[in-house]
Amino acid sequence: MKPLLIAIPFILLLAVISVLTGVGSLASGLGGDGRGWLLIVESRVPRTLALMLAGTGLAVAGTIMQMLARNRFVEPSTAGTAESAALGMLLTMIFAPALPVAAKMAVAALTALAGTALFLKILRQIPLRSALMVPLVGIMLGGVISAVTTFIAYRYDMTQSMGAWISGDFSGVLRGRYELLWIALVLTLIAYVTAARFTVIGMGEDIARNVGLDYNKVVTLGLGIVSMVTATVVATVGMVPFLGLIVPNVISLVVGDNLRRTLPLIAATGAGLVLACDIVGRIVIAPYEIPVGTVMGVIGSVVFLYLLLSRRAHAG
Amino acid sequence: MIEIRDVTKSYGSNAVVDRVSMTLPAGGLTSIIGPNGAGKSTLLSIVSRLMPMDGGQVLVDGLDVSRTAGDVLARRLSIMRQDNHITARLSVRDLVTFGRYPYSKGRLTAIDVEHIDRSIAYVGLKAFEHRFLDELSGGQRQRAFIAMVLCQDTDYMLFDEPLNNLDMKHAVETMKLLRRLADDFAKTVVVVLHDINFASAYSDRIVAMRDGKLAFEGAPKDMIEPSRLQAIFDVDCRVHAVGETRLVNYFE
Repeated sequence: MKPLLIAIPFILLLAVISVLTGVGSLASGLGGDGRGWLLIVESRVPRTLALMLAGTGLAVAGTIMQMLARNRFVEPSTAGTAESAALGMLLTMIFAPALPVAAKMAVAALTALAGTALFLKILRQIPLRSALMVPLVGIMLGGVISAVTTFIAYRYDMTQSMGAWISGDFSGVLRGRYELLWIALVLTLIAYVTAARFTVIGMGEDIARNVGLDYNKVVTLGLGIVSMVTATVVATVGMVPFLGLIVPNVISLVVGDNLRRTLPLIAATGAGLVLACDIVGRIVIAPYEIPVGTVMGVIGSVVFLYLLLSRRAHAG
Repeated sequence: MIEIRDVTKSYGSNAVVDRVSMTLPAGGLTSIIGPNGAGKSTLLSIVSRLMPMDGGQVLVDGLDVSRTAGDVLARRLSIMRQDNHITARLSVRDLVTFGRYPYSKGRLTAIDVEHIDRSIAYVGLKAFEHRFLDELSGGQRQRAFIAMVLCQDTDYMLFDEPLNNLDMKHAVETMKLLRRLADDFAKTVVVVLHDINFASAYSDRIVAMRDGKLAFEGAPKDMIEPSRLQAIFDVDCRVHAVGETRLVNYFE
């Protein structure tokens, strides 16, 4: 519990900084014509909340993914999940553009589920399960799905919307446009309640069956959570890559993998990391912005490489 | 009592377990021996419902393992596989705690905690209980997994080659531990063993398999006998009686 007590004030501080960061001036409006408040309520607070919700959801989704695949290097963006969700979004935009966002998101969740299930199925077919093969397979699968998506998008002149789903960007978040992300929080709470099951699954199918767990049922539940979290994030703000990889790995190194204990910490750290990356992205080239996905991509690939090289010895 | 009836498992046309029928009585320590590929581990996996069978039936105290709910069976029978590679980073105590999962479903009661403490102490890992598994030696890790099975506190405990990768000292300690499970706690212990002398010295009964079939079964004094060993392993050997124990010399 102790690391969590340290993490929470730190994240609250980041949240405050996040609300105070931006081009529009708050000071001028606060006492005067109320424009500062408007800015805070309509744009800044929604953005900060969206960041925290997406960060929490993706970090937890990454953790569950890693338990299901029994591999440290998978997360929604290295398992075909995010790409499948984007494909689902594209298909709804083409064939049912009038659907409300929530319905589009539900379709995206279904395609994400199918894509991730396919990934796990492929993993089961591969006899050689080197630790490094697993994310490679996922990235290739994601590449194939992404290629199909791009082809369709190109045909229908929709490549721009595709960019919005694949690369996370919170600059467009306004009140009324991010609320679906609360679903990610609900899913996180479900993951917490069922955390012990995912830890057991992470110990392997034999041990899970030995202690009487219905393996397939828990895998299905996990896939459901991962797919829905990914779909909500893709549909509202766009995928933030590597987050689901970095956070669980760092927490695992420090406090281990007993999810009942570590999941709150993973959720909090996920929120904190996205907040920090977003603040950096807003400050570096102010008054312009670097999308959070890009900042995370830079930090993430460095950490990913470090993890690959350092854990190689005992990860296989 | 574990009743194995006509159990068959094949891969393609190759029957790994070929219509095996036997009864393992409750209590005592039974060793399963046999050459590589005899179907010992497969049989153990089938009995513990980790692997589906192609034909036949296994009853544990009358419960059909293919039909009984997972968590019901998990309170009757537990198994420790030989390959315990865990990617998740767990401490010894975390691991042992999951032995209580069939009872607690993750929410521990005072009784669960008592079992956990006792199991850890029993395998001598009290001082290491907060260490991560990947920070332990092979022997300590093996004992941690035994503690997990112990903590599951089932009447039937199955071990698939528990002496793998253990040095002499830890192998002896492990076998003594399994022996005590049968003697002190009245558990039914079934162990797949490769070392014929461990089987001879520690078992109440020995079951020999060959080519997926049950070859022989009996008490060590009947089983550890040159002509039988020749028929099981295709190896000429001499048997020496040392005190009560019959030891096999297959080196010369």
